[in-house]
Amino acid sequence: MNMDIFKIALAGNPNSGKTTLFNALTGSNHYVGNWAGVTVEKKEGRIQFAEHIMDIVDLPGIYSLSPYTLEEKISRDFILRENPDVVLNIVDATSLERSLYLTLQLIELGKPVIVALNMMDEAKKKNIELDLQNLSIALGVPVVPIVALKKEGIEKLMQEIIDAHHNKASYRPVKFNYGDEVENFVKEVELKLPKNLKEQYESRWIALKLYERDREIQNLVSPFEMESDLESPDRMANLRYKAIGDIVNGVAALEHIKYDISTDRIDKIILNPWIGLPIFGIVMWVVFFLTFSVGGYFADKVDTFFSVYLSNGISAILTFLQASDWMISLVVDGIIGGVGGVLTFVPNIAIIFIMISLLEDTGYMARAAYLMDDIMSKVGLNGKAFISMILGFGCNVPAIMATRTIENENDRMIAILINPFMSCGARFPIYVLFSSVFFPGNETAVTFSLYILGIAMAMLFAYIFRKTLFKGEKSPFIMELPPYRFPKTSDLLIHIWEKVKGYLIKAGTVIFAASVVIWVVLNFNTTGLVDITESFGATIGRFIAPIFKPLGFGTWQSALSLISGIVAKEIVVANTSIIYGLAENAGNAEVMAVLSQAFSKVSAYAFMVFVLLYTPCVGVIGVIKRETNSWKWTGFSVLYQFLVAWIMAFLFYNVGQLIF
Amino acid sequence: MSLTHAKKGECFTLEYIESGNRAKRKLQDMGLTPGVKICVVSNSSFGPIILELRGSRIALGRGLVDKIAVRRIDE
Ligand SMILES: Nc1nc2c(ncn2[C@@H]2O[C@H](COP(=O)(O)OP(=O)(O)OP(=O)(O)O)[C@@H](O)[C@H]2O)c(=O)[nH]1
Repeated sequence: MNMDIFKIALAGNPNSGKTTLFNALTGSNHYVGNWAGVTVEKKEGRIQFAEHIMDIVDLPGIYSLSPYTLEEKISRDFILRENPDVVLNIVDATSLERSLYLTLQLIELGKPVIVALNMMDEAKKKNIELDLQNLSIALGVPVVPIVALKKEGIEKLMQEIIDAHHNKASYRPVKFNYGDEVENFVKEVELKLPKNLKEQYESRWIALKLYERDREIQNLVSPFEMESDLESPDRMANLRYKAIGDIVNGVAALEHIKYDISTDRIDKIILNPWIGLPIFGIVMWVVFFLTFSVGGYFADKVDTFFSVYLSNGISAILTFLQASDWMISLVVDGIIGGVGGVLTFVPNIAIIFIMISLLEDTGYMARAAYLMDDIMSKVGLNGKAFISMILGFGCNVPAIMATRTIENENDRMIAILINPFMSCGARFPIYVLFSSVFFPGNETAVTFSLYILGIAMAMLFAYIFRKTLFKGEKSPFIMELPPYRFPKTSDLLIHIWEKVKGYLIKAGTVIFAASVVIWVVLNFNTTGLVDITESFGATIGRFIAPIFKPLGFGTWQSALSLISGIVAKEIVVANTSIIYGLAENAGNAEVMAVLSQAFSKVSAYAFMVFVLLYTPCVGVIGVIKRETNSWKWTGFSVLYQFLVAWIMAFLFYNVGQLIF
Repeated sequence: MSLTHAKKGECFTLEYIESGNRAKRKLQDMGLTPGVKICVVSNSSFGPIILELRGSRIALGRGLVDKIAVRRIDE
């Protein structure tokens, strides 16, 4: 059979159900990559339907195609440059008016568009009756009602996509009427437009963009000198909404479109200043409680698997095969100890990611940003920055990418620089290990205190940066409060799997390699196989250790752990497991015995403080470089965090010693 | 008048936005264009103001509120 392969771009407003539709279309048949040159997640999936293969690309959630934010620019460039055969525009039927603003712009780009009218179940519940036929005529493109959550209408949607692809050659976008002034302008431009541009782009779109004084398009058609007109973008936005008003009037009774009533009820409580903040506190506490307790329960099981069954099993097999001692040590202490020490925490990591995506998908995250706006304003940021901070509890890499939604450059720089203080999932194992040894019974409280310290430091430094390096007004808070919705378990699971997969891949590659390297470093020196205390590792550690002496953990072991932890924070635990041989002897007493020789209660806490605050891992350093586009700020970030960590650990250790 | 002293439940027509380019553009893209009907969902001294317009709800920081010129709709 002859396969017919083509490309689809999926575009829509934030919260329109894009991810849900994407999953409904592709199942788990997709992968996450990055946009060329920028680190914004790019999801691609492949659908096979009869003899058609469709490659679908999920564009970032946007309100408009005017290139004012990076997301908008990415989406627009993709549609213009990558030439998708069909643009699939997902529209939330319950906020038709707002959503059509993007739809009109997509249609004007000239590629065949299909409108997937989502949330039809909610629209029905709210008695929003839509004349889909009229809508389709007004827009000049097919409109397919769907319920992405229940996979309703998906087949019809596929069929329309395929039809649109086949009829591509004869497709002509509808012209929305923007009144005489604009239309005359468009005519004039169309006459003068050079031929090559006419062939490459939809000329009406170019003309409209010129009218809007879109700088990029102005450069594209440089011969067109035109007087600047600061008002014209406003007029265009206004005219678009007018055109939409006309369309919607012919399609629905506008008065019926009311905001979600149950959301309104919930928000009366959640957004109430006196009740909302305490509830937010409780929500965060529950997030962490579940991460520690439920996650911890499963982590124990995984730990037993690695440290007892797998280690014993493998060493038995290797002994049976008469492998040499060093071979057994490499596999059991090095690889199983290191990688296993990290994999043990998969359950905790999975739970923190589940919780974060629940917060996002239900719509609560926008409320958290709202509630935190006042407090964040005190340190010179707006509430939106708090979202990237919460995401940092999962992993700082996507969290730093999420600062993209912050409009103002200075605000964004501050948000990026403080993000690593938010304690990511990879640092969590260290707290668990140390607090279970030194603070048994109080693990949760100790760990929680570190998270709080991280937030406090982030706030403090936001304030300091605002007053010194990035002076100026914070950008205003603008955020949609989407209705509360409940995500489907399978979507949640797909999402979590993507995140956990990343963690597993890291364990299988970076951590694996690091474990082997560390094992070698810890078992060899120039003369060959030696005792750990005479190894390269010990030598390196001893060389660095004096730096940490004033902090209470000046042993070569911790120095080596901390330095290697810059590769990935999990390595601190992997390393500790290898150094102290924690892998084979899960016995808590023994762990306690070894660790307590090296640390006191106070120095153990200082160590955790240091781990919380010091130089981010290479993954984060990389993303800081890409996002700030500056080596200077990347270097700054590496150094200032090391200094802050050192000073704080110093304070905790020395003050702690006076008290305890 | 600006939205500063608008009370919960009151509705207005937007006249113009007097604000820097970016914020203004963003607001326009989200539907705050002249003539649109805006209702105030909440406006306390705490936190951002919440507006309802075109079927969606938008929270706006205090700093923006006095830059949005509106006219009261008399019912
Ligand atoms: N009732 C209903 N809810 C839906 C439907 N489609 C999606 N949702 C829910 O709407 C919420 C938002 O959906 P997402 O798929 O995360 O939306 P998105 O457009 O990807 O949002 P961003 O990731 O913020 O861009 C989720 O809680 C979904 O479960 C639908 O057809 N009906």
